Amino acid sequence: MRFLSRVFQALVAPLVAVVAALAITSVVIAMSGSSPGDFWAIIFDLPADRAYVNIINQSSMIYLSALAAAIGFRMNLFNIGVEGQYLMASYVAAVVAGAALLPGIANILFALLVAMAVGAAWAGIAGILKVTRGVSEVISTIMLNAIAITLTGYLLNTYGEKAGVTRRTSVIPESSQLDGFTPFLPRDGAIWTLGILAILAGIGFWFLLTKTTFGYDLRATGMSETAAVASGVKVNRMIIVSMMLSGGVAGLIWMPAFIGAAHNYGTTFQAGLGFTGIAVALLGRNQPLGILFGALLFAFLNEQSVRLTIETDISQNVVQITQGIIVLAVVVAYEVVRRRRLAAEQHSVHRELDAGETKPKEVSA
Amino acid sequence: MSTVTTERSTTAARSWQQRYKWVIVALLAVAAVSFVRILTGQHQIDTPGSIRAALIATCPILMAAVGGLWAERAGVVNIGLEGQMILGTWGAAYFTYFYGPWVGILGAALLGAIGGALHALATVTFGVDHIVSGVAINIIGLGASKFLAEAYFADLDGGGVKQLTGLDKPPSFTIPGVSDAMYSLSGTHWFLVSDIASFVAALTTNLNSFTVIVFALVGVTAWVLWRTTFGLRLRSCGENPQAAESLGINVIRYKWIAVLISGGFAGIGGGFLALVSSSGFVTGQTGGRGYIGLAAMIFGNWRPGGILTGSLMFGYTDSLPLRSAGTIHALLLLVAIGLFALSAWRFYRAQRTQGAVFAVLGGLFLLWFLSTDEVPREFTGMTPYLATLLVLAFAAQRLRMPKADGQIYRKGSAG
Repeated sequence: MRFLSRVFQALVAPLVAVVAALAITSVVIAMSGSSPGDFWAIIFDLPADRAYVNIINQSSMIYLSALAAAIGFRMNLFNIGVEGQYLMASYVAAVVAGAALLPGIANILFALLVAMAVGAAWAGIAGILKVTRGVSEVISTIMLNAIAITLTGYLLNTYGEKAGVTRRTSVIPESSQLDGFTPFLPRDGAIWTLGILAILAGIGFWFLLTKTTFGYDLRATGMSETAAVASGVKVNRMIIVSMMLSGGVAGLIWMPAFIGAAHNYGTTFQAGLGFTGIAVALLGRNQPLGILFGALLFAFLNEQSVRLTIETDISQNVVQITQGIIVLAVVVAYEVVRRRRLAAEQHSVHRELDAGETKPKEVSA
Repeated sequence: MSTVTTERSTTAARSWQQRYKWVIVALLAVAAVSFVRILTGQHQIDTPGSIRAALIATCPILMAAVGGLWAERAGVVNIGLEGQMILGTWGAAYFTYFYGPWVGILGAALLGAIGGALHALATVTFGVDHIVSGVAINIIGLGASKFLAEAYFADLDGGGVKQLTGLDKPPSFTIPGVSDAMYSLSGTHWFLVSDIASFVAALTTNLNSFTVIVFALVGVTAWVLWRTTFGLRLRSCGENPQAAESLGINVIRYKWIAVLISGGFAGIGGGFLALVSSSGFVTGQTGGRGYIGLAAMIFGNWRPGGILTGSLMFGYTDSLPLRSAGTIHALLLLVAIGLFALSAWRFYRAQRTQGAVFAVLGGLFLLWFLSTDEVPREFTGMTPYLATLLVLAFAAQRLRMPKADGQIYRKGSAG
């Protein structure tokens, strides 16, 4: 019973949020003069084979992005800068991999290491500013995002190879390209090999947080910094390390697409995953499994929305409204549930105390 | 009674001295600009055209920053400025198309305020973390503007799924005699005189009435927040909501009003972008200016004067890509001079470490100026963000945000 009620409590908030978001989206669609029925028909339709592949590929990247954000969130660090971190990391890793300093698979591994290092370094700036100068990481990461956009744009325009009217980094050698796994017909596309990074990172995240001292310290600092300090946690070091860890994971976000399909950094780069990741981390309550469902849901909505433009008169951007409202509604729902539970606990403590006053209990528990 | 009056008069005298000081600092800054302009021959630094472009670029940033000020003074962090601004661009376009530019400005404020209402509902009523709500509102704002544009603008004249052009602009006006005189004076390229003339020329030639409204709104904000009972109460909610509550102030209501106004201002900033800065609405035309506004607010230490300075500076850099590469290069020298001046000031105040840091930075900029011929245009886009990071890194102790800023307040928490 207790278990069931806990499962119910964990699921009720996201479910309410998704239903509320779909309802609000329907109202918005109806107000703009289109039919919400068309929207429902497509959103709840089964995806095509090609769409399944896209959903899995997209959710692997969204998952990595959400994990990166969650590492910070678990310590009450708002790493809004995932976007800038994976931008910098993707660009530098693409340059390094394009130079093909090492052969074949080694080149891929080297690129992954570089991506993590660059992401960690870019996030580390915010960590160091917070620890040494007391600068809020929210503000510094927002600024670093903007700087990253300009800097990568400049570097690409100055040093990139010309490809038609645009520029890109050198294409990585064929020996360093991984074709992936084709579950359906070849024309339906392949699931990128490096999507496995998402699974590995998810397991790593779970292990780090629940099975190691570092993870314990991290969660403790997130719940109560003063208590953590009192128990000997070096908070400053924790801030820098977890910020860099967050940035390191952020560095990996685009790698599945890069090695699996894009092979160079240019117009092929998919921006915006950093912000999606923040939303998904919030939706999944910063838990590895919750984030997985969130990532699949967001990827599903994105993929299905493409059909909206083709088959109906509804803009596919309506899904962004749905996603934003899901996030807003889910945090509101969590907050309401939390307050309810707190009130209920207080109530039951009161009741037990009142009962205790009239008839003293034996001290057995 | 007499002590009160003397106290008042001394504070008055002090504030006059302060103002005097600012006039002198501003004059010195203009002199430095003038010096650099004549030394490098880059008169484009402050031609009337440059100043006009800078003013136009300043307005959206300024409105976002003042919007941020309203919310944060009431203790609510508003990262959602960008999303509210985007909603404002759509609102301005829609209402201008059907009802003309004046209603368009109100429509921009309305749409921004709707974004603000979402933020207030989540943060003030439900006590959600302010950053989280802001991030969600930015997602919603961007999605909503794209969706609404496709739904409403696709079939209009001059419209498309991503744009609506050919909107009526709010009227502009020129003061005939003054404008010509100042233009010719500015064309003489004299020291100091021409620079001031350029400024006056920009203000008297083809000045858009929306620009005037924007600057007036800054004055109104300063007056309301610092000179009225309402403002005092609103700010008390940002400093110590529990104390405010114990004095009978309805903190929840004040926070709601503040966040609604905050969204409205951000929306007006977006409206300015659609109506004055460009020839119409395009999706995504805010380009992160909500974030620059946030930066300007922090840079300005949560005060109207500072925000105005910060926004003008960021607006000027925002308009730079329109200027020649040589002009941007000449500005390196100006930055170097500014840093040296800061360094000297810090040494005078016996803050040697900071003085040394600024001196070194100034030296680096001077070296950059002397060793190169031009600056990549992209770098100007970074300026607001880098400047804010540097200010935060080196002057964080001098910044003072509202004490209860970003904290979640629950009614009755005063106990």
